[in-house]
Amino acid sequence: MKYYDKLIFELSKEGRKGYTLPENRLKEYTLASLPEGLKRQQAPELPEVSEFDVVRHYTNISNKNFGVDTGFYPLGSCTMKYNPKINEEMAGQPAFANLHPLQPAATAQGALEVYYNLAHALAEISGLAEFTLNPYAGAHGELTGLMVMRQYHLKRGDLKRTKVIVPDSAHGTNPASAAVCGLNVVEVKSKPDGRIDVEHLKPLLDDTIAGIMMTNPNTLGLFESDILEIAELVHACGGLLYYDGANLNPLLGKCRPGDMGFDIMHINLHKTFSTPHGGGGPGAGPVGVAKALVDYLPSPRVCKADDGTFYLSHPADSLGRVSGFIGNFGVMMRAYTYILSLGKEYIKYVGPLATLNANYIKESLKDCYYLPIEGICKHEFVFDGLLDKSTGVTTLDVAKRLLDYGYHAPTIYFPLLFHQSIMIEPTETESLETLDEFIDVMRKVAREAIECPEEVKTAPHHTPVRRLDETNAAKHPILRYRDLAQ
Amino acid sequence: MNYKYFPHTEADICHMLERIGIQSLDELYADVPESVILKKDYDLPSSLSETEIRTFFQQLGKKNQQLTIFAGAGAYDHYAPSVIAQLLSRSEFFTAYTPYQPEISQGTLQYIFEFQSMISELTGLECTNASMYDGTTATAEAMFMAIAAGKKKNRILISSTVQPNTLEVVSTYAKFRGIELEQIQATDGVTDKADMERKLEAGDVAGVIVSYPNKYGIIEDFSGYADAIHAKKGLFIIQADPSALAVLKSPAEWGADIACGDGQSLGMPLNYGGPYVGYLSCVKDLVRKLPGRIAGATTDVDGKRAFVLTLQAREQHIRREKANSNICSNQSLMALYVTIYMALMGKQGLREVNELSYSGAHYLHDQLLATGKFEELFKQPFLKEFTLRSLVPAETVQQKLLEQGIFGGIEVDKDCLSFCVTEKRTKEEIDKLVAIIKEI
Repeated sequence: MKYYDKLIFELSKEGRKGYTLPENRLKEYTLASLPEGLKRQQAPELPEVSEFDVVRHYTNISNKNFGVDTGFYPLGSCTMKYNPKINEEMAGQPAFANLHPLQPAATAQGALEVYYNLAHALAEISGLAEFTLNPYAGAHGELTGLMVMRQYHLKRGDLKRTKVIVPDSAHGTNPASAAVCGLNVVEVKSKPDGRIDVEHLKPLLDDTIAGIMMTNPNTLGLFESDILEIAELVHACGGLLYYDGANLNPLLGKCRPGDMGFDIMHINLHKTFSTPHGGGGPGAGPVGVAKALVDYLPSPRVCKADDGTFYLSHPADSLGRVSGFIGNFGVMMRAYTYILSLGKEYIKYVGPLATLNANYIKESLKDCYYLPIEGICKHEFVFDGLLDKSTGVTTLDVAKRLLDYGYHAPTIYFPLLFHQSIMIEPTETESLETLDEFIDVMRKVAREAIECPEEVKTAPHHTPVRRLDETNAAKHPILRYRDLAQ
Repeated sequence: MNYKYFPHTEADICHMLERIGIQSLDELYADVPESVILKKDYDLPSSLSETEIRTFFQQLGKKNQQLTIFAGAGAYDHYAPSVIAQLLSRSEFFTAYTPYQPEISQGTLQYIFEFQSMISELTGLECTNASMYDGTTATAEAMFMAIAAGKKKNRILISSTVQPNTLEVVSTYAKFRGIELEQIQATDGVTDKADMERKLEAGDVAGVIVSYPNKYGIIEDFSGYADAIHAKKGLFIIQADPSALAVLKSPAEWGADIACGDGQSLGMPLNYGGPYVGYLSCVKDLVRKLPGRIAGATTDVDGKRAFVLTLQAREQHIRREKANSNICSNQSLMALYVTIYMALMGKQGLREVNELSYSGAHYLHDQLLATGKFEELFKQPFLKEFTLRSLVPAETVQQKLLEQGIFGGIEVDKDCLSFCVTEKRTKEEIDKLVAIIKEI
């Protein structure tokens, strides 16, 4: 296929157009009568292209992309599962998609019912009391959850609690969310087996601790077996436990964060509940809380009256508003469709099958990739590079070589606990055949690293473009067409 | 266990368990304390077939009322060309993750670059990121940028004419981060410049946030703002409707340092509030304070032009607790949406959209005044949205319109109702609205 490298601006030709609009029947009112001082002096240089130009352009650039529908996407911590098509069909229904966010609740009862029922399904799945679906993404959920944590302490007049404990293996968003929320981060170390070091945690716990943020299973894919003791210790010092739901998928059907002692959590609907990642969003980051924290959830809240109707409320103790309206409603439609499709009969197999897939790959590859921590993992696991370190072939090289073979690369160089991390998460929607083919390719790359290392170090060779000059991109940023064209 | 999203046969599972060296799926959870293992099914509805799902949502959809929209307040009912939804449904776009592997993500990276370029054209500012969650949070992030750029300064001024939901979100973000947020009074429906100058005089102001058009629909005149704010070493932040920027003096022309807002007005469905797409643009000097993802142009080893996520040293996964923002994702697919919209409409189409909206809104404005049920609130210029004082109770107006399938008249202040007209509203629809008001 011919390589396509045009930008839409490069197709532009004065006088072309890609739209039709009705004739203006009220021409006596014209923009020309706006005060001169408010008028734009220089028109924005947007492209002038025909409709077909646009269709062919974006179809062509889509061919340079790799999605879950293209092939296996074992990106650790991202839960790249199949995105069911019925979800899209339901989300697109005009009866929902055409609703204005401020139209009266009485005229949007169907939409509010989706919100309310999804929130309650998530509460059941997590073992927490209530959820807000207002946050837009995982990181936004973290921030909202930490605001709940702070609001709880502030409302109790407990003003000293300004620190939050974050494990050294945590996602980067955890410490960043804490800082944005006005909390200071204290790091707790991991033990050699990858789990939180309870002995290191104990001395950190005092009356300045607002809480702890944990991912369970953690970013190594390991279940924090000491969770009950950790919960007891943190609660005993007056702190709260925050659960980062990025790794919720393996727990589906088996256990619930609320039962482990977590007080607040967020869920990534775009991971666990099958909504598409969209090339980086939109996602949704619902936040659930234990009973004692319900009043602090952000406003507006979707509530159900005694007569069964739904309404929006703005509770006095709420931490405030975190989103323009009530969140990414379209994403909620997809997640709710997913839950209704699987139902209680099948959703319980999500966790075990995701975990089965991960362990199968791990066991099948640990003789050629270095597995730093042995034992059963959950939905994902981490190799510390190739077993044979003598070849000079790095994790980056392995990742790039996988692209040549038609796979998306795993997450690399995260978590930061190891130098050559390769984090693999297959999800439950991949078949044994897909896993076996991937395992074969991973073994082949390990062999190539020994037999023809240059081939691997210079990979990829068969992708639309090859390795990029990232240094120059950062040193001399060109961020828009106007600068590129010059 | 046999469900269409799970490809595992029983034989597969046995084979896999054997490879792992365990007997049952339960053993995969041997490290989970027994006391927290779920012993029952979730209390959830039973699995529905695809036909049942369709029927379920059809029934539920009937509980929503389809209204003719004469309201805005941050969400606008503009026309969406058919092409957009078709192209967005290409799963190469929507089932991809963030473009971490640029060699197989040039589609995403390229449209982000186009999005950045087009938004920069509208705002006139050099640098735009890959998009934000929505307009309200983009404005809160703009505040964080000003605080980061302002070194030790800790005050932000915000006009009381911004949309109430923006004010609330910015207040929430400010409260928890310990930023002192102060409102600037409004006079005649616009930001009171003298009040702003008094508050700037008090010192410590890192930035000033205004809205364009504002919550009344008024196009404010920001002459002299940039100079006054820059004289006190603060940043000038304009939250702007990007669709309107096709015809209104741009943030850059007003001397703004940062522009932010919601891209929803660029033809996106109302979607009951989301997903929308925030944007954030700034002058070159602030690029290292800009949060979120940014795509830049570069070349590959063969010299081919290509795009890549760049300036990542700013971001949370590198800087962790030292990052100025916790933003991780963007609203990528929605950025693609508005990029295709802007490509189709082009500079002429966006101008026409504004012309049609302007004509309709001004016609409605005059017709409503002629009913004698409304009076002028402010004598100020507006584009597609305006606010009038209602001489009958606001609730009566809203109710009468609703009864006839019209959503219009958002109460901005007590008995002051705002109406919005986009190019989608026909003269007949406007006349119908006016006729209903006349009847009251």
